Formats: sequence, structure tokens, C-alpha cells
Amino acid sequence: MDSVRSDPATSRGQWPGGPAVALKILVAGGFGAGKTTLVGAVSEIRPLRTEEQISELSRPIDDTSGVEAKRTTTVAMDFGRIDLREGLALYLFGTPGQDRFWFVWDELAQGALGAVVLADTRRLADCFPSVDFFEQRGIPFLVAVNCFEGTEVFAPEDVRSALDLDPGVPVLLCDARSREDGKNLLIALVEHAADRRAGAVVPSA
Amino acid sequence: MTEAMTEGTGQEPEEGASAPRPAADVQWYDDDAGPMVRLFSMTKGRARPTEEGLFDLISMIAATDRAEDADGEGEAALDLEHHSILTWCRREPLTVAELGSYTDLPVSVVRVLLGDLYDAELITVTRPVPLAQLPDERLLRDVINGLRAL
Ligand SMILES: Nc1nc2c(ncn2[C@@H]2O[C@H](COP(=O)(O)OP(=O)(O)OP(=O)(O)O)[C@@H](O)[C@H]2O)c(=O)[nH]1
Ligand SMILES: [Mg+2]
Repeated sequence: MDSVRSDPATSRGQWPGGPAVALKILVAGGFGAGKTTLVGAVSEIRPLRTEEQISELSRPIDDTSGVEAKRTTTVAMDFGRIDLREGLALYLFGTPGQDRFWFVWDELAQGALGAVVLADTRRLADCFPSVDFFEQRGIPFLVAVNCFEGTEVFAPEDVRSALDLDPGVPVLLCDARSREDGKNLLIALVEHAADRRAGAVVPSA
Repeated sequence: MTEAMTEGTGQEPEEGASAPRPAADVQWYDDDAGPMVRLFSMTKGRARPTEEGLFDLISMIAATDRAEDADGEGEAALDLEHHSILTWCRREPLTVAELGSYTDLPVSVVRVLLGDLYDAELITVTRPVPLAQLPDERLLRDVINGLRAL
């Protein structure tokens, strides 16, 4: 594809103040929890997707032959970009929803500022693996309860105890389709990350 | 242009469906599928770029001045896909992830092609700053203020 972009973004890259800084935030959660929706809601550019190809040995689930076959798997990743100011951009990556792709998570988690774990109250347990993942790696995260219509409304504290979260982990309610909610989630997450890094509260501007 | 994601934009989840949905995010290609063969030959079977970790998903790629005026002989050895990548990042620096999306190439392939362009000094690469080295307090406050201002 050799077309040029039709949506000229503000130019980035080298700035008088130094090279551009790109930060990464992950959006995790179980199947259908609203990850793609959230990434799209807060991104300034149209949500993008890119693929990672992985060679893996026999797939334990349906490889019945017992022979180790090498095959190539394609994992798609959703992501979006938010330009915060000149030379500072935030990239949101939706994590693949399957356990088999933990190694992709590992790459994504490298250097990540933090993570939003989306919880669907109809299948709360689906976000356990994500919570575990970020807890174990010491990556700051918060839990965002995606309030689908027609589902029982949970109090954040109920979700916290159901997921056995540390008292310090923020739990927020959200509608993943709402840009404003998404923005507030990200602000809460970065504040949480700042608290954890500094061991002190970042004064609100 | 790149296809936008289509999943998740139209359909509502089935009411009360509790069985795990098939992962729309995950696609399988068989080893013998056409695209794989094509990509393999494009990268000449190379699996890794020269320098490990250089092409992080959020490493920023910019075309060099050399690339600006090298449209003739210097780039003759480049494939169509190299040119495609150069065209994209000539306009503005883009991340590896963005280049993968815009060129419709898997990130692993983009990394190999970027390795070639890097060796030919047609691009510059800005790696993400390791978080431990960031002047975090100020930067994080910038992020928070930037988000508030959206
Ligand atoms: N009513 C309602 N629907 C939502 C909300 N968030 C997401 N959806 C819908 O729920 C479905 C799943 O959302 P996705 O964003 O695709 O979820 P996902 O986590 O990316 O799903 P996978 O990638 O398949 O794991 C889509 O049809 C969305 O339109 C929400 O807050 N409210
Ligand atoms: Mg998705």
C-alpha cells in the first residue's frame, strides 16, 4: 500500500526539546469485556490493528497427533494513539484475550506505564488472569467495571472484594463506549502509577 | 488505506450468552497458506532484525534526509514494501505498530524490513525511553494534564 495518509496528523518525532516520547498503556480483560471499544473511544486516530506472527510448537489443545508441529500463529492487536502535546504521545494497546498469547502480553507489558483491566460483571472471573498478570509483574493497574445495560449494577467495593484486590488498586465504573469515561480511567491510572512510583501523591493541577 | 477494525463496532453481544465467544482478535494462517509464503520470501527467511529490541512496538521511525533524496539509485535494491514503509514515515515519524497497521504487514515482517532500512541509513529510530529513566513526576503530570485537556 503506497498511499499517503489522508489524515495528516501533527508532525512528531524530533523536537527542540528532544526526541518524541511515546508511552504505552495496556487495556486488558476477558473476551468481549470492551477492550476494543475502549481503545477506540479514547483514541484520536481511528483505532488501528496490527499483527504479530508467532511460531509456536504443537498446540496443546487440539494437537491430537502428539507430534510437535511448528506452525505460525497470527495474533492481532488493537491499538490507538492520543497526542498529549508536542513530542508526547500515549499509545493504548488492547491485549489479546487468550491465555495462549501470554508471551505477546509480555512484550506489550515491557515498559508499559500501566494497565486498565476491564471487568464485565456478568463474567467477573474472566479478568482474574489479567489481574494476576499485572500484580505479579508489579505493573500499576486499575479495574474498570464496564457497565453493560441490563446487567446488575455492582458497587466498586463488591468488585474489589470479589477480585480480592489490594486496597490501593482503584476500582471504577465505566461505559467503555464513552470517551469521557475512558479519559477519566486513563487519568486515574496515570495518577495511580504516579503515586506508586513516587510513593507520594502527584498534586492535581 | 488500512482497514479499520470492524469487530466490536456493530454487533451487540448476544443477550445472556455466557459461552466464551470465538476470539475475533485471533486469526489463524496455516503454514501452507499463501500470505505466509509470500511474507517469508519478502523477508528472505530472516526472523530477526539486526539489533534486538531496536524496533519496539512504540519505537519511533523517521525517514532520514538520505531517504528524501535517495529515490533513485540508492533505493534500487529495496522491495515495494520497503518503499511503502519509507513513504509512510517520510510524512511524519511513526511507531513500529503504526507502520504495521498502515502497511498491512505483520509486525515481525515490518521489523525485518526496518532492519534493512536502518542498515541503509534511510531511517532513524527513537526507542522508547525505559520507564525507570523517565523524569517521571514531571512527565506523568504532563500526561495527566494532557488527558484532562482532551
Ligand atoms: N452496552 C454496551 N455495550 C458495550 C460496551 N462496551 C462494549 N460493548 C459491546 O460489547 C461487545 C464487545 O466489545 P469489544 O470492545 O469488542 O470487546 P473486546 O474486549 O475487545 O472483545 P474481544 O477482543 O473479542 O475479547 C461489542 O459489541 C461492543 O459494542 C458498553 O459499555 N456498553
Ligand atoms: Mg477486541
